[in-house]
Amino acid sequence: MTDQLRLWLEVCQLQNNYVHAIDSGRLEDWPRFFTEDGVYTIISKENEDRGLPAPIIHCRNQRMMRDRVMALRHASIYEAHSYRHALGGIVIESATDDEVHAVSSYIVVNTGAAGESVVYQAGVYRDRLVKQQGNWLFREKRVVYDTSRVQTLLATRSRRRTDEQLARCGRSHGFQRR
Amino acid sequence: MAETLTTDSGTHAADRDVFFPQPDGSRVPYAVFSSQEVYDREQERIYRGPHWSFVALACEIPNLNDFKSTFVGDTPVVVTRTADGFACWVNRCAHRGAIVCREKHGNAASHTCVYHQWNYSCEGDLQGVPFRRGQKQGDIMLVGMAKAFDPAQHGLRKLRVAEYKGLLFATFSDDTPDIEDYLGPQMLPWVDRLFHKPIVYLGCTRQYSKSNWKLYFENVKDPYHASLLHLFHTTFNIFRVGMSARSIPDATHGLHSLITVTKPSVETNTASAYTDQKIRSMQDGFALEDPYVLGQIPEYEENCTNQIQPIFPQLVIQQIHNTLVARQLLPKGPSNFELVFHFFGYEDDTPELRELRLLQANLVGPAGYISMEDTEATELVQRGTARDGDKTSFMGMGLDAPDQTNSNITENLIRRFWAGYQRTMGY
Repeated sequence: MTDQLRLWLEVCQLQNNYVHAIDSGRLEDWPRFFTEDGVYTIISKENEDRGLPAPIIHCRNQRMMRDRVMALRHASIYEAHSYRHALGGIVIESATDDEVHAVSSYIVVNTGAAGESVVYQAGVYRDRLVKQQGNWLFREKRVVYDTSRVQTLLATRSRRRTDEQLARCGRSHGFQRR
Repeated sequence: MAETLTTDSGTHAADRDVFFPQPDGSRVPYAVFSSQEVYDREQERIYRGPHWSFVALACEIPNLNDFKSTFVGDTPVVVTRTADGFACWVNRCAHRGAIVCREKHGNAASHTCVYHQWNYSCEGDLQGVPFRRGQKQGDIMLVGMAKAFDPAQHGLRKLRVAEYKGLLFATFSDDTPDIEDYLGPQMLPWVDRLFHKPIVYLGCTRQYSKSNWKLYFENVKDPYHASLLHLFHTTFNIFRVGMSARSIPDATHGLHSLITVTKPSVETNTASAYTDQKIRSMQDGFALEDPYVLGQIPEYEENCTNQIQPIFPQLVIQQIHNTLVARQLLPKGPSNFELVFHFFGYEDDTPELRELRLLQANLVGPAGYISMEDTEATELVQRGTARDGDKTSFMGMGLDAPDQTNSNITENLIRRFWAGYQRTMGY
């Protein structure tokens, strides 16, 4: 096997493990695919093509990613749904011994509570990977989505408002719920 | 012809499928959220009536001949920057009705319909018609356009355009008052607050909701829901009891409004502030590992954390912490709307402030910590009400204090909106 092919397989493996963690609901594992100072940005192709910076999600380090997971788990409200990521066309654009620039296409299928599956988003990952302690990690993942109209909202994983959330809300406002 | 049973154009109450039982806007018949007839009437009376629809920020089209495709209601229009200012025309060829401009934005001195290549200036005037004067084919002269054809009579349908401090509005109606009068004295100081110096465009995000556009207007006039639906506030300790609020409608028709929230001014000792101001205890909450996203760099005389200002019918001006957004609300049939968040900053932003604006994009928009639930909520209403058009909502919060303007647990602004809507629609 050539070194080039081996590297390509390593990148494929990282990408597959990454979406597997998300699609399996292991959100807490998601930030661990990044370096501590890793940057995660989701931005529309519309803005990217015009050189405009407004993102839809922008985490400038792992801590902000863990905050996003905490919010999704405990604060945000959205309908139960599940995502499936399909990856394709992984291409290494440039590589040194410890840094790789790679792109890949993704399609996310959303299955809502009613049981209908729809293509929720299509786009491209523009990734910069670095090797730390023998493992590839994302130093930057830039998600550029083609699907400029975001349907309803962007969140991931199924959950619903819990009694614990409601109680917390009531306590903070100083009213009793009944 | 069979004897006519219907009256003229459905203006009589008996012909309509909507009836507001209260003139004060406290009960809204659910039919207004799903009826095609209501929707069509809105297109005529609101979007083609005497109202200014927000179409663009001037900084989206900064150069001569820059253009942007958008909508007034559901009519496709194009806004252009011309030598004299701005133009806005219906994106429909005067020849056979095809869409003329097919790009979302760009730069073009003229616009040509692909169907028969009729060509228009960026002001919307007809400049060229292929084979207008016919064509010679051998010995025969093939006749072109009718002799009586006057290009000046076949330009694109133009709208009036008004600029106010970098906001561009368009209207179909000659009766629409000047933009300053339209915004009115209650709204103007707050528009001025955010648009007091040159702005730059930072891009947009688009959100599509399977619900009626007016449900979103209710949402941005509803301070009652803010800390109840958006649990990010309480989970991460943003909600504070001591916050002061404004909820002010415009005095003319109540269709525009303003909500502001301002934190207590002095918080030198955080620990004692927790006790003194009854800020929610941290013990049952969660803390952000990188709370910088919730910070705020003061940039106005009054350091509001939130300014939410809907300008009927197509604009919501927003300042949340250091995010500045002009939200464009576009109806897409009775049961759908598109919401475009146009982010902006100021030309003189420091790099630190610009970075914070982009970090705080996490708070708003379709993945926003304190906004993603809004379209979820409007869709729940849409689904819940679709079958029962004759049933009504009930909005009684603050009903006994209609003039109270310092409350954030009021539905006063929504009631004022519906009262204005009834008048505009003739309901």
